[in-house]
Amino acid sequence: MVTRIILGFIGLLLTFNVNAGPKIEHWKTSNGARVYYVSAPELPMLDLKVVFDAGSAQDQDLPGTALLTNAMLSEGAGGQSADQIATAFEDIGANFGNSSQRDMAQVSLRSLTAEPALSKALAMIETVLTKPDFPQDAFERLQKQVLLGLQAEKQSPSALASRAFYSNLYGDHPYASMPAGTTEVVTQLNTKTLNKFYKQYYVARNATVVLVGAIDQAKAKAIAEQLMAELPQGDMVNPLKSVSALTQAKQIDIAHPSQQTHIMMGQPGISRDDPDYFTLYVGNHILGGSGLVSQLSNEIREKRGLSYSTYSYFRPMHQQGPYQFGLQTRNDQAQQALEVMQATLQAFIINGPSDAELTAAKQNITGGFALRVDSNSKIADYLAMIGFYGLPLDYLETFKGKVSNVTVAQIKDAFARRVHPDKMITVMVGDKGE
Amino acid sequence: MQMLKKITLVCGLLIASPTVVLADVMEYQFENGLKLIVKPDHRAPVAVTQVWYKVGSSYEYNGITGISHQLEHMMFKGTENLGPNEFSKIIAANGGRENAFTGRDYTAYFQTMEADRVEVSFRLEAERMRKLVIDEAELLKEREVVAEERRMRTEDNPTSLTREAFNAAAFMNSPYHHPVVGWMSDINNYEADDLRDWYQKWYAPNNATIVVVGDVEPEAIHQLAKKYFSDLKPEVTEIVKPQVEVPQLGKRQIQVQAPAELPYLMMGWKVPVVTTAEIAWEPYALEMLAGILDGGASARFSRDLVRGQEVAANLGAGYGLFSRLDDLFLVAGTPTKAHSIADLQQAVMTQLETLKTEAVSQQELERIKTQVVANAVYERDSVFYQAMQIGMLETVGLDWRLSDDYVKNIQAVTAEQVQAVAKKYFIDKTLTVAELVPQTLDGQPRRQATAGGRHGH
Repeated sequence: MVTRIILGFIGLLLTFNVNAGPKIEHWKTSNGARVYYVSAPELPMLDLKVVFDAGSAQDQDLPGTALLTNAMLSEGAGGQSADQIATAFEDIGANFGNSSQRDMAQVSLRSLTAEPALSKALAMIETVLTKPDFPQDAFERLQKQVLLGLQAEKQSPSALASRAFYSNLYGDHPYASMPAGTTEVVTQLNTKTLNKFYKQYYVARNATVVLVGAIDQAKAKAIAEQLMAELPQGDMVNPLKSVSALTQAKQIDIAHPSQQTHIMMGQPGISRDDPDYFTLYVGNHILGGSGLVSQLSNEIREKRGLSYSTYSYFRPMHQQGPYQFGLQTRNDQAQQALEVMQATLQAFIINGPSDAELTAAKQNITGGFALRVDSNSKIADYLAMIGFYGLPLDYLETFKGKVSNVTVAQIKDAFARRVHPDKMITVMVGDKGE
Repeated sequence: MQMLKKITLVCGLLIASPTVVLADVMEYQFENGLKLIVKPDHRAPVAVTQVWYKVGSSYEYNGITGISHQLEHMMFKGTENLGPNEFSKIIAANGGRENAFTGRDYTAYFQTMEADRVEVSFRLEAERMRKLVIDEAELLKEREVVAEERRMRTEDNPTSLTREAFNAAAFMNSPYHHPVVGWMSDINNYEADDLRDWYQKWYAPNNATIVVVGDVEPEAIHQLAKKYFSDLKPEVTEIVKPQVEVPQLGKRQIQVQAPAELPYLMMGWKVPVVTTAEIAWEPYALEMLAGILDGGASARFSRDLVRGQEVAANLGAGYGLFSRLDDLFLVAGTPTKAHSIADLQQAVMTQLETLKTEAVSQQELERIKTQVVANAVYERDSVFYQAMQIGMLETVGLDWRLSDDYVKNIQAVTAEQVQAVAKKYFIDKTLTVAELVPQTLDGQPRRQATAGGRHGH
């Protein structure tokens, strides 16, 4: 008994406060990069991310540029080859990563904090970030790999559906294209274009630096300064234009020799700073965001056995990210499954959730809050999101309260105003057997 | 004793010394055969509970392949005291995340919740350990769900189809021959009694290991487990037949023709694993060898075949040293546009030949060892992964303490040992090669040859 009480104390010392979430420190580097830091002294490691507002939304007329620019960073920098860069990280057990989506382009590092490993890892990532060489031979190799990837999309019904979904949802908005671009454009890209893109967007004021690990704040400040020092101050990118609402329903059928039809349905959803965010998030959690206990899963999987996976989610972005519904089912029952999905959505808009459903959803979201921030990597992901989208520093602290305050009436109101099943895009990829 | 260690750990943190102190893992054995392993990790106020059963697709025989996976689905569909899906609803209302997974050698169920909710998991898991109800109507629906899962993961994915045919060719009589999800005709024909028998046979405390990792105190978890599990009756479990794979007497080559855009190559050699190795260091030398070939962007496959020769668009090496039965050392990938499957295969063979004739460099060996040490730290960022390691080792018949020895065993591997396993195991006699030969993707229905035979519909 005594033991348990002492352990309880230790638990308090070692763990983040359940309600408050981790303590986030925020400052700017001398050249204007935003830094977000959480001290996590328990494991001798550091997670570092540098996120640039340099995703495919900045591609303009050349889809694929942002992705290739990001991928090229570690293919040659400061006169060192891709082999040398990879060896430098891996000789000391560090993991380097890079990725690029629509909004975010990022590089990341996970390293031990022991020296000399940490200093070596930081020196290498600094070179990669600030002195990429864009060597021609590496570019041609990556270009061929991206082209092969684009070809591989054609053997995947879900990849085909996704491309058609975004293209039809966003029309002439930058979100319409896929980060990997198109065969036509990727074929034409060159290192000059990538270098120009890099110079414009990989600048301090367009960067968010995230540090989570066993370093103190002084060290975090020094690291962030060091990483950004060689980058020009530059400017933040201009805000993207807003997304036009859809004006009518549209169905796109794509013939594919698959046994299942992949269905994606949706409309433009919400941006990160949308005032309806929490209401729609909680509402959708009940409708299709809570896995096996969601209404969609209950209607489509539990009651009818029509699909292994069915879901709906909002993907909030700078501008309105998609509100997307999906499932996959045997070709001959695709129409039936689509109708069940549509009917479930319709009923939700008309009736809203029951009080019991809303209570259960709140219990799930708030009761499981600690799970969202129970590891350094998850905290780092939250910091990147908070920093990149300029969310308030108390986002995690106020999260539970905002979820708890949502009412049935608010959900019904928000869904009626914001969700329009009569104007949705529906993509069906499969074999109609005609 | 335990308390002292804990206090030492805290002192260490107060002076900001980033030393990894091994947690005190506690193991408890119940009279009914149940094993409980608790690993405290106080970094966050959460805990994961995993229940591992020693049953999976390698326990199955022809006609009922995939039944372990189907049973995993049915475990959510009601017990004597819980309605269909009620298990999931209770976990959700407690803020939990849950799911289950089936492998060749195990079936495991997990819930992650705030650490004071472990009792909720225990109460529900104890219920479905012995009181599952297989309802006919629920089974018929859930069979369809599993069939859809198989269509999504396998039928409509040409590389998955290739992998399935590859395993069936490489393993003749070993149960690793058939896929975890099962053949479609078996899925379509499970009867309720098949599931009931399978459940009765394998779901019992003496065939289960419970692993809890998180912000918990072991003795308190022990008492909770006693409360919920100690009264459960053990079962006389069958001794699973050894089904030792017959020696392979020559190279096997197969093709898979399926609608696809890109070709795909799989190669696999028969190798021992920790449970079967006659020479204890060999699996670790093979693990090291996999790292030399594919342990990151600086490893040989990336450096020489993806970058240097540009013969591979992607290429991986795979070896898992903790399975119940003899397994394969795998190499799989896609050639670049300018190269054929034959070119890629030749390039892989040349790489392996080099490993046989030239000792790997000290720098390469040291790099892999450093990575293994670093990963042992990184893995502790996830309570789920820590529990997973313990549960998997126990369930394939090894001791969970082996995960602590893993780093030591890898560090002991020499260049000579890597060369020795390369020479001994990369031989044509035990090689199986599968090639995906892409068929047209013109939107026309599949031809009978690739899809027709397996379906009941």
